[in-house]
Amino acid sequence: MIDTLLTHLAKDLRIEWRSKEAINSMLFFSLLVVVLFSIAFDPRGAFSREISGGVLCVATMFASVSALNQAWAREIRHQVLDAQRMAPTAGAQMYLAKVLANFFFVSVVQILLAPVFLVFYNLHILGDGWLLLLVLPLGTWALVANGIFFAALSINSRNRELLLPLILFPIFTPALMAMVNATTGIFTGEFDPAIWIKLLVAYDIIYTTVSLLLFDTILRAE
Amino acid sequence: MKKILFGLYAAVSIALLVWAFELAVHAPAEMMQGDAYRIIFYHVPSASVAFLFFAISMAGSIGFLVLREKNPVKALAWDGWAVSGAEVGIIFCTVVLVTGPLWGYRAWGIWWAWDARLTTTLLLWLIYVSYLLTRRFAAGPQMRTSSAVLGIFGGIAVPIVYIANRIPGQHPGPVFGGDRASGMAPEILRPFLWNMVAWLFWGVLVLILRHQYELKQQAAAALEAEQSLNA
Repeated sequence: MIDTLLTHLAKDLRIEWRSKEAINSMLFFSLLVVVLFSIAFDPRGAFSREISGGVLCVATMFASVSALNQAWAREIRHQVLDAQRMAPTAGAQMYLAKVLANFFFVSVVQILLAPVFLVFYNLHILGDGWLLLLVLPLGTWALVANGIFFAALSINSRNRELLLPLILFPIFTPALMAMVNATTGIFTGEFDPAIWIKLLVAYDIIYTTVSLLLFDTILRAE
Repeated sequence: MKKILFGLYAAVSIALLVWAFELAVHAPAEMMQGDAYRIIFYHVPSASVAFLFFAISMAGSIGFLVLREKNPVKALAWDGWAVSGAEVGIIFCTVVLVTGPLWGYRAWGIWWAWDARLTTTLLLWLIYVSYLLTRRFAAGPQMRTSSAVLGIFGGIAVPIVYIANRIPGQHPGPVFGGDRASGMAPEILRPFLWNMVAWLFWGVLVLILRHQYELKQQAAAALEAEQSLNA
């Protein structure tokens, strides 16, 4: 059982290690978003603390789309995806491996982006900074778990690169709302982010479960 | 026979709408809000119908996924309910989103407040629009399966919206089954309930028409496919 998952995970990590496509494009794109927002809003002092949570989350969201689009498109070459469909293993394992791999990629981008972000937005965190280590992974998981699922859903459609954000963003918005509110609460220290973190946990559990259950239907849809 | 019954139903729906409109116009003005409160006669029934139809859409999606291998013909009918529920639901949800700010501007002085109820209703609207987009974009036979799965994802959002409706915010609390101050004066309650019934009847009428249209379209597509095979 777990072997299949690890094989898929090792394969996805190896492809990324050799090409570095996803991480590089995400890193550059999120850097662009951060720079553009700081030009648009001139962040200083208290105002910077209020908006930076939102900017961080939205930058991650936009950037991840480029990686998510590639996640399944890579498998189309040489009919690899068709071979996967015929394989006697459960699709859920392949799905979970892809989510884990991309979760790792997005987290790497967030870690690399963090110092740039702190400098550009002159941030002094007033709340419990360590809670970010909980909020950001939870939000990233929500983004990637849904994103990988919808990328597989849109793989056979026309304009699939356009369709993915159109269906991902509305479904992801409740999680984005929780993520932004929680990070803003942490940056400003004005309110307790606990309820938003609980909402994120619930969202992650519900949507990951549904995705795991329905993934085979999507993968083998004919 | 079916056609006569349907025509009768249509006539009853329209008569109910006229009657409900009459009552809504002649209901007494409210103590605090004056005439502005009358929007509740359209806002709340539309919201209820929208939620009901989104639920029907989700049921249609589930029915399609369950039946698609065993009974493809029946599955297509369920898929018809899924798309009809989503489309007509979006229309009613649009009415909610338009009437809400109209009232909000009078009562709050602003058109829109980003509180949980408004945001989540807008979100539902966006989710179901993206569902319709998927139906447009997705090509080939797997279109119905993909959109059915997305329909289930959207349906899961509905209870989240419902729960958010009970979180205190700027939007007025639930009128029924809320705290002790909730409830309506009987002379307002009667027109309100008639409007609920009338809009529900009307909504179901539109839903059935849309479903029949979808079935005809499916039949036409099947015929076309068969003809191109024989040609």
